[in-house]
Amino acid sequence: MGESYNNTIAIAMSGGVDSSTVAAMLKDEGYDLVGLTLQLWNQRRLAGHEGMPEQVQGRCCSIDDVYDARRVAETLGIPYYVVNEQERFERDVVRPFVSEYLAGRTPIPCSLCNNHLKFDQLLVRARQIGADRIATGHYARNEYDPVRNRWILKRPADLSKDQTYFLFGLTQEQLSRTLFPLGSYQKPQVREIAAQHGLALATKPDSQEICFIPGGDYKQFIDAYLEEQGELIPDTAGELVTTSGEVIGHHSGIHNFTIGQRKGLGVSSPNPLYVLQIDNAAHRVTVGSGAEATAKTVCARQLNWISIPELAGEMRVRVKIRHRHEPAWAMLRMSGADEVEARFDEPQRAVTPGQAAVFFDEDEVIGGGWIV
Amino acid sequence: MRRIYMDANATTPLLPEVLEAMRPWLLESFGNASSIHQHGQQARAAVEHARENVARLINCRESEIVFTSGGTESDNMALFGLVKPGDHVITSSIEHHAVLHAAERLQERGVVVTFLPVSSEGRVDPDDVRRALRPNTTLISVMMANNETGVIQPVKEIGQIAQDADIWFHTDAVQAAGKLPIDVKAIGCDLLSISGHKMHAPQGTGVLYVRRGTRIEPLFYGGAHERQRRAGTENVAGIVGLGKAAEIADDALRDGTMDGTAGSQVAALRDRLEQGILARVEDCAVNGAGVPRVPNTTNLRFDNLEGEALVIALDLKGLAVSGGSACMSGATEPSHVLTAMGLVSTSARASLRFSLTKLNSEKEVDAALELVPAAVRRLRELAPVNAGTLG
Repeated sequence: MGESYNNTIAIAMSGGVDSSTVAAMLKDEGYDLVGLTLQLWNQRRLAGHEGMPEQVQGRCCSIDDVYDARRVAETLGIPYYVVNEQERFERDVVRPFVSEYLAGRTPIPCSLCNNHLKFDQLLVRARQIGADRIATGHYARNEYDPVRNRWILKRPADLSKDQTYFLFGLTQEQLSRTLFPLGSYQKPQVREIAAQHGLALATKPDSQEICFIPGGDYKQFIDAYLEEQGELIPDTAGELVTTSGEVIGHHSGIHNFTIGQRKGLGVSSPNPLYVLQIDNAAHRVTVGSGAEATAKTVCARQLNWISIPELAGEMRVRVKIRHRHEPAWAMLRMSGADEVEARFDEPQRAVTPGQAAVFFDEDEVIGGGWIV
Repeated sequence: MRRIYMDANATTPLLPEVLEAMRPWLLESFGNASSIHQHGQQARAAVEHARENVARLINCRESEIVFTSGGTESDNMALFGLVKPGDHVITSSIEHHAVLHAAERLQERGVVVTFLPVSSEGRVDPDDVRRALRPNTTLISVMMANNETGVIQPVKEIGQIAQDADIWFHTDAVQAAGKLPIDVKAIGCDLLSISGHKMHAPQGTGVLYVRRGTRIEPLFYGGAHERQRRAGTENVAGIVGLGKAAEIADDALRDGTMDGTAGSQVAALRDRLEQGILARVEDCAVNGAGVPRVPNTTNLRFDNLEGEALVIALDLKGLAVSGGSACMSGATEPSHVLTAMGLVSTSARASLRFSLTKLNSEKEVDAALELVPAAVRRLRELAPVNAGTLG
């Protein structure tokens, strides 16, 4: 698999240091490159709505980032284009993101974006314009294993930058057509390489938040977006109850909560309280102590397997249930046609519907799914 | 790779004669056309000679020509220079953004604007103009030829309507100049915009024709240049280039050889390209077919593909064309012109504009006839699935 691909590679360029360095590295290796920036969202679109900033600096998809990406492409002498994917991004990422929150779940837009745009759509675009493969600035490694006859996704050398959690949805076809040139580097090395190539953005700060939500306040974003769409925020106000069913307060809407949340509950208690459960039908939010805020199992659906064709029997794995979670040991088995259950050795805090559960064998990604 | 340029409606290359005419004014013959000394007088003479040539191109007096920085400034000057809060303005939904966005700004300042619809072929109906008239209508602005489809608008009829109603008529002739004969008297317009770089003159040059007696407010203040209508030191070399380009275009239009060469070579090239693509590509149609168009433009709709990807694929193969209009980032937005013609968003996105000049050759057209069908085939084979696999 893979040996018949042509020498042309499309690079997903965000205007950040990582993807820019990828372009510089692959240029050195002699590939024919095409730089593409996906225009996903208009940062000024919700400007003027309550709580939304008028001007946003240095955000993904901003004019400044496109400018930076274009300058890098010019410096390296590679053709560069901006591809308008705003409609698809809104349909496949922003809309589901908003609906998930309104339904009391905690979605990961980055995974949706990876699945629907960065790999699915970008790869199609790349192939349409004559590039058999794409390269991105993600920190991850992929390689073909002839023994298993499968493409394997692995954690990168720089574990502090590990992005494999967001990449569990990659298909074998996508993995075979994707290069992750940064997988074997440490971030400081990447900045060094950028500087060596004379890229002015070698010292540009890393992006952190969700790219389409300036300032990171997703509640204000949802309010502003629904207002723009002329839709009403559904009234999901309801009761705040303890595990024993005692009503200890009221809340103004379930989308203000995520599982494991401790702050902003609106009730006082001698011991810290955590959100344990969000019932989106009854609009009831259950809170409890730290000891109660743990789960012994996690179930996930809409599965994608990477290192194995399918799960047979039981498997010892480590499970990551959110981006900044240290993978926890668990026993994995199928619990339905498209549902897997992981039973943790030690109960884990904040198992959150809407987030992904990703399963690891050492540094290999076995697969993953969406927590239910 | 020998690159083929078929995006003349975006910009055209300078003709060598134009560059030669400009050269002295960039080097030894410098001068400020307002200065008293000989340097200044020579520059003044050059500017006035250019004015003569432009006046001849559109059949007006020299004093009616105002040199500007381009089509956008000319359009803005026409709209902002005449209209007051409380006025009513009639324009069309297929104007260039230089008119549309200026009109939207006027709305914010208390001007009422009517944006007329167009037919499915992209033409404004003069009867719609007549019906839109109100007692407080002061200006009609309708373009002479559309930049995306090349469709020629009924400006004479509209000019008559404006005259009958005793109101101003402005026409954006940016895409008509050098491609069609222009006679401001026959059109009956009070204002007319031209851009230099769409007719082989340099970028940053333009003209606003202002009919004698039209009291127009300048956009800029700071000097008595251009008969107090456009302050700022004249772009002498640019104006000389524009004058030369106008002279060349006018000669070609007058001796019946349209666009510089015998038998309207450009129209023949365009037709060869259009017919060739229609014959080789399935599910392809001309936007604006069946109505008169400028001779150099064809706008083709390729069903079941994204025009943006086709533009990129062709550019990587060395063929420069365009689709839609570029937004701030450079990404393509669906064309407001095609949308106004009733195309659904997917069809508008699937449309590409090919626009030629006399500098294109038959060989280039034939090369395009190989490249386009092959690229369309590849795009359609690899059409994106509509939904992703997960989530």
